[in-house]
Amino acid sequence: MLLKTLTEASGLSGNEKEVRDIIISEIEPYCTSLKIDRLGNIIAFKEGKANSKRIMVTAHMDEVGLMVKEIDSHGLIKFLPVGGIDKRILVSKPVLIGEKKIAGVIGAKPIHLQKRNEWSNALSMDDLYIDIGAKSKEDAEKYVNIGDYIAFDSEYVEFGQGLVKAKALDNRVGCAILIDLIKNVEDVSFYAVFTVMEEVGLVGAGPAAYEVDPDLTIVLEGTLAYDIPELDSHLVPTYLGGGPAISLADRTTVYNHKLRDRVVEIAEKNNIPYQFRKTSMGGNDSGKIHTSRDGSLTTTISVPCRNIHSPVSVMSMDDYKNTFKLAKAVLYDFKEGYNGF
Amino acid sequence: MAFNSELLSKLVKIYGPSSKEDRIREFISDEIRDYVDDIRVDALGNLIAHKKGQGKKVMISAHMDQIGMMVIDIDENGFLRFTNIGGISPYYSYGQQVIFENGTVGVIFAEPLDDMSKLKLDKMYIDIGAFSKEEALEKVSIGDICIYKSDFVENDKVVFTPYLDDRVGCFVAIEALKQIKEPHNDLYYVFSVQEEVGLRGAKTAAFSIEPDLGISLDVTGHGDTPKARRLAIGLNKGTAIKVKDRSLIAHPYIRETLVKLAEDKEIPYQMEVLEYGGTDSGAIHINKEGVPSGVISIPTRYVHSTVEMASKEDINNSIKLLVEFLNTEFDI
Repeated sequence: MLLKTLTEASGLSGNEKEVRDIIISEIEPYCTSLKIDRLGNIIAFKEGKANSKRIMVTAHMDEVGLMVKEIDSHGLIKFLPVGGIDKRILVSKPVLIGEKKIAGVIGAKPIHLQKRNEWSNALSMDDLYIDIGAKSKEDAEKYVNIGDYIAFDSEYVEFGQGLVKAKALDNRVGCAILIDLIKNVEDVSFYAVFTVMEEVGLVGAGPAAYEVDPDLTIVLEGTLAYDIPELDSHLVPTYLGGGPAISLADRTTVYNHKLRDRVVEIAEKNNIPYQFRKTSMGGNDSGKIHTSRDGSLTTTISVPCRNIHSPVSVMSMDDYKNTFKLAKAVLYDFKEGYNGF
Repeated sequence: MAFNSELLSKLVKIYGPSSKEDRIREFISDEIRDYVDDIRVDALGNLIAHKKGQGKKVMISAHMDQIGMMVIDIDENGFLRFTNIGGISPYYSYGQQVIFENGTVGVIFAEPLDDMSKLKLDKMYIDIGAFSKEEALEKVSIGDICIYKSDFVENDKVVFTPYLDDRVGCFVAIEALKQIKEPHNDLYYVFSVQEEVGLRGAKTAAFSIEPDLGISLDVTGHGDTPKARRLAIGLNKGTAIKVKDRSLIAHPYIRETLVKLAEDKEIPYQMEVLEYGGTDSGAIHINKEGVPSGVISIPTRYVHSTVEMASKEDINNSIKLLVEFLNTEFDI
């Protein structure tokens, strides 16, 4: 299964090659043209019928993780974060280091040795280390180099009522949907862009948008779900199983109202469940895309993911299917030409 | 120079939060149409008016968007929860009236708090007098944005009203535009969108205009009220020439030209060294290969509150300085 392959591959920001290769092998037969730009973005074009507007659909390929910064005298590895990592999720997680995927575990001081005040505070990243089973610094250096990327080691698992647990659902889920669109959408010409380094500052999207110069863009994302019963509804960013989340405003974009209303209309017309992404925290490639060159319109449609940016992200296959359906319907709607925009 | 209260009072009252600038754009369009050669609107909604001249291409930018509150949730009892569009202070908002594009009025209040220093927007709500979710939905939808309900008040010295930021900048640009009938320079007046959420409109406008020089008009802070944060800016002490803020260091050529013009023409001015905030020139000056840019600021008290206050003389002096600047033969 494609989503399994994509989430189990390593592709931290700046090191997306493994994921990029999988995507290219999937989409190449379906694309009219395909290139990798100088930053590593995939810019593919699928020709359908001529549209009056230039349309782009994007998903970022990269995921958050860690990087080796130091190897100590015992062969333990100190690390720093790549992208937004909550230090509290790190302890006791298995990881894979570097191209050779050397196995390691994130360790910390045992509870027996912790002082009382250490119980109540999360351990800082400096207090954690990765053990790869090396005997010494020299031994560790045979397997690991400073600067190596460290990915979470987490298997794709289907469980419960159509739920999936995996790492990197943000944003392999967007990549998988975009791949499905390339395979399934006929009659509409569009650029399919898989970007790099979103998690470290929307780095790839700007240059990609500059090159493509789109009029209309759909950004596909995995976004945060935090739907616990104690929360008032306005504090729930999205609900798992609530359908594709349509963005209102985030730190990088206030989404165009007309286009947003149109996406809602299309969802309703096609009986696709949807929800609004309520929080304005976070941001995505849209921020760089809509302000590229002389400006363009964007909409972001996301699959809700619990435990985002962790090795145990959870999503619903129904949300996945409905997000695909909605994105496809919006693409077909674009074909008709957009006088209002 | 008489003060055109009529125009400013209209400008501050027209709905136009960031991303929803249609109405204010229409109004400004109608106001300036007869005075310019060409008007267009770009994809993000910037209004770009061109008045042709033979000299340097100058982009004059005043942002027409205003801060507001976007509805993100409506509860069973009809209370609206919201997020900020731009720099909305929970303290300034508490107890204020707001108005939606369709005229629906509401008030902002908060869940009871023992400690008001913990007041945060996610503890606050808008009450539009609806008694159920259904009733509320008849008037308001998720994603709608409301603004502070405006009450323009003036005396012989000052105006106080919400949204001087940055309708007063628009006002200065419009008044200058009307005065400059035969421009020496090639003037592009931009009434920009989405400044309050990150100088987004000015960025795309600058890209398409490709100006030689940039000047923006915006409010700045003050340091002349009891125990105010230190800032050498006061009301009624002249227009302000920006040295720096968080978004740019004004180009020395622009800054020095403005100072020289103010000295020569005896326009009262003050130098603005701002440690916070930013404005459109922050986006303009790094457009493409770079654009020498500066800012004429209007000293304003209580920015982003419902009682922003500015001096009429300072505003008129800002217009005077802008007119002189735009008529300058630039040698850069």
